[in-house]
Amino acid sequence: MKTRCAVIGVGQTKHAAKRDDLSLAGLVREAALRALEDAGLGWADIDAVVIGKAPDFFEGVMMPESFLADALGAVGKPMMRVHTAGSVGGSTAIVAAHLVESGVHERVLTVAFEKQSESDAMWALSPKYPFVPPLVAGAGGFFAPIIRSYMRRSGAPVDVGAVVAVKDRLNALKNPYAHLHMADISLEKVKASPMLWDPIRYLETCPSSDGACAMVLASEAAAKRAPNAPAWVRGTSVRSEPAQFAGRNQVNPRAGVECAADVYAQAGITKPREQVDVAEIYVPFSWFEPMWLENLGFADEGQGWRMTLDGVTALGGALPINPSGGVLSTNPIGASGMIRFAEAAQQVRGRAGEHQVAGARTAVGHAYGGASQFFAMWVVSSASA
Amino acid sequence: MEGKQDVAEGSEALTSPYVLEYTYRRSLGPVVGRFLTGLREGRIEGVRTASGRVLVPPTEYDPESGAAVGDFVSVGVSGVVQTWSWVSEPRKGQPLDRPFAWALIKLDGADTALLHAVDAPSADAMRSGMRVTVRWRAERVGSIHDIACFVPGDEVQAAEPVAPAEPVRRMKSPVHMDFTIGAGRTLSRFLEGVVQGKLLGRRCPTCAKVYVPPKGACPTCGVPFADEVVVSDTGTVTSFCIVNVPFEGQTMKLPYTYGSVLLDGADIPILHLISGIPADEVRMGLRVKAEWLPEGERQPTLASIRWFAPTGEADAPYESYAEHQ
Ligand SMILES: [Zn+2]
Repeated sequence: MKTRCAVIGVGQTKHAAKRDDLSLAGLVREAALRALEDAGLGWADIDAVVIGKAPDFFEGVMMPESFLADALGAVGKPMMRVHTAGSVGGSTAIVAAHLVESGVHERVLTVAFEKQSESDAMWALSPKYPFVPPLVAGAGGFFAPIIRSYMRRSGAPVDVGAVVAVKDRLNALKNPYAHLHMADISLEKVKASPMLWDPIRYLETCPSSDGACAMVLASEAAAKRAPNAPAWVRGTSVRSEPAQFAGRNQVNPRAGVECAADVYAQAGITKPREQVDVAEIYVPFSWFEPMWLENLGFADEGQGWRMTLDGVTALGGALPINPSGGVLSTNPIGASGMIRFAEAAQQVRGRAGEHQVAGARTAVGHAYGGASQFFAMWVVSSASA
Repeated sequence: MEGKQDVAEGSEALTSPYVLEYTYRRSLGPVVGRFLTGLREGRIEGVRTASGRVLVPPTEYDPESGAAVGDFVSVGVSGVVQTWSWVSEPRKGQPLDRPFAWALIKLDGADTALLHAVDAPSADAMRSGMRVTVRWRAERVGSIHDIACFVPGDEVQAAEPVAPAEPVRRMKSPVHMDFTIGAGRTLSRFLEGVVQGKLLGRRCPTCAKVYVPPKGACPTCGVPFADEVVVSDTGTVTSFCIVNVPFEGQTMKLPYTYGSVLLDGADIPILHLISGIPADEVRMGLRVKAEWLPEGERQPTLASIRWFAPTGEADAPYESYAEHQ
């Protein structure tokens, strides 16, 4: 590493079911301008742009890095696109961080987006294909049997999922950028909502959102000139594994375990539950909170649900998870991972607003994608070392 | 490519036509929205950038500076062909159903060129530098197709008035792609077995795991599979999902249940429908057997198994399938 890297600017759109007021270009621009403003910079100060989005089918735009160059002030600059399915928002930020850490660029703008209102994610994820019967109904249909396996293995009480669903929606009320603001959310409401993909109920699923997230990443020298507090990148890691192989542990994938171990080692974390102050993890279906708590080493295998039920993961608990409201409250798929990374940064910068975790110094951002097979994580801190 | 013989394996590699199509719904934003609203009203508008250039069609952001644009200007309906390409066999969805030219046309007052069709009698009538003029469609809706085409010359034809309407905010963007999908020889061999009512797995020579349907190589060892193994059509449900939500392209009647079925003799479960039992009685460990379509109706797809139905045996103990979820 030639230089340390810091987040010096963060911007998000107001996420919504449909941002009909904006084109795709306008959507990424809104987030990017807010990140530049936070960093006290203009387009000319940016050396390169790294952009990410989920599968091309989602908007039918095959080369967003070319299509969106004007909107991101990238004409005449290096611009590249990253794609690692749902984890892309995280891996995109990591590629940008590496461009800074390697000394190639001093200030990199990184942006991720999805405009789900332009198509249909269920179609894009489950297109009918020759030789294969059309069984699986989108992401919910894919993950439902895995959640059932987790429930069986851990012996968790059946309402753990509903507790997560309520907690994250209440957190979202404190986040002005969140898509869902459900003031009347309750355990009763979640349990009374329709069973879509048994065992997943409607209110235990993420929404479909239009939104974008952007960050300005800077070298140590550039970060020292930034007007607002930086978040120092203390570790980055990406891991993947095949979607199918004999004996694959889909509930607790090995790639996720190894991704977490790697990023903690880089950040000098030996006891994540004690040393991490807050985490933004990718929870598109409520039961993934306890599952990932175990996968990421915050709880022993089979015990993650206890942290949820004991209130450890609530805002005000010992390890708040998704104080922003998480993917359960906002899901522009390609951006969802970057929002996790950016919200983690905002926490250690002390800039998370109403959902700030008091005294947060070390935070984890996490994203996953595909068939629980692509993982991206970073650790950010208020201290550079 | 259809029906191509795979000489190496001596068996036919299956292919299938595959159409991927969808109609996207684009939000246009203020600039392109106004451009298309102008076309509906029989007017062509561009934007003037800070350096004074007029961009037609307009972009939302100045490609030179990245600044937002907002200064709209009307330009002429006639202009000059910059360059062109002759289309002798027009395809479905193109602006004209007879031979025509695609041309980059710089309209009078514009600094950039617009791509559109020129209705010329033949390629001999086309040249760079020629003047062309818009022919409007009578029914205009706020689309680039509101310009039917351009024709050679300067004779302006007034646009027929259209009823006033809200500004254009979105457009439909259909995509359609035709593919020929090849199953590959490993899957083709498996699907031939399915037509005969057999499930043919393959064993990894290194880890000895049996995969069904087989892949070309073992995902964990990275070596080609060796022996073919006949796998039972009876197995254990390791996990499942009851689907209550419709989705685009879905053909099953709701609700339906599908599960991971670990076939006896296999080391990786397959996904299939579970039926012959009320949905709320499906459980992990349930023993099930394939219900095949009659021999003459089977196709090279796992849909030749109608579903898996309970055998009536005692449930399999959890330990027997715990590692296969
Ligand atoms: Zn093997």
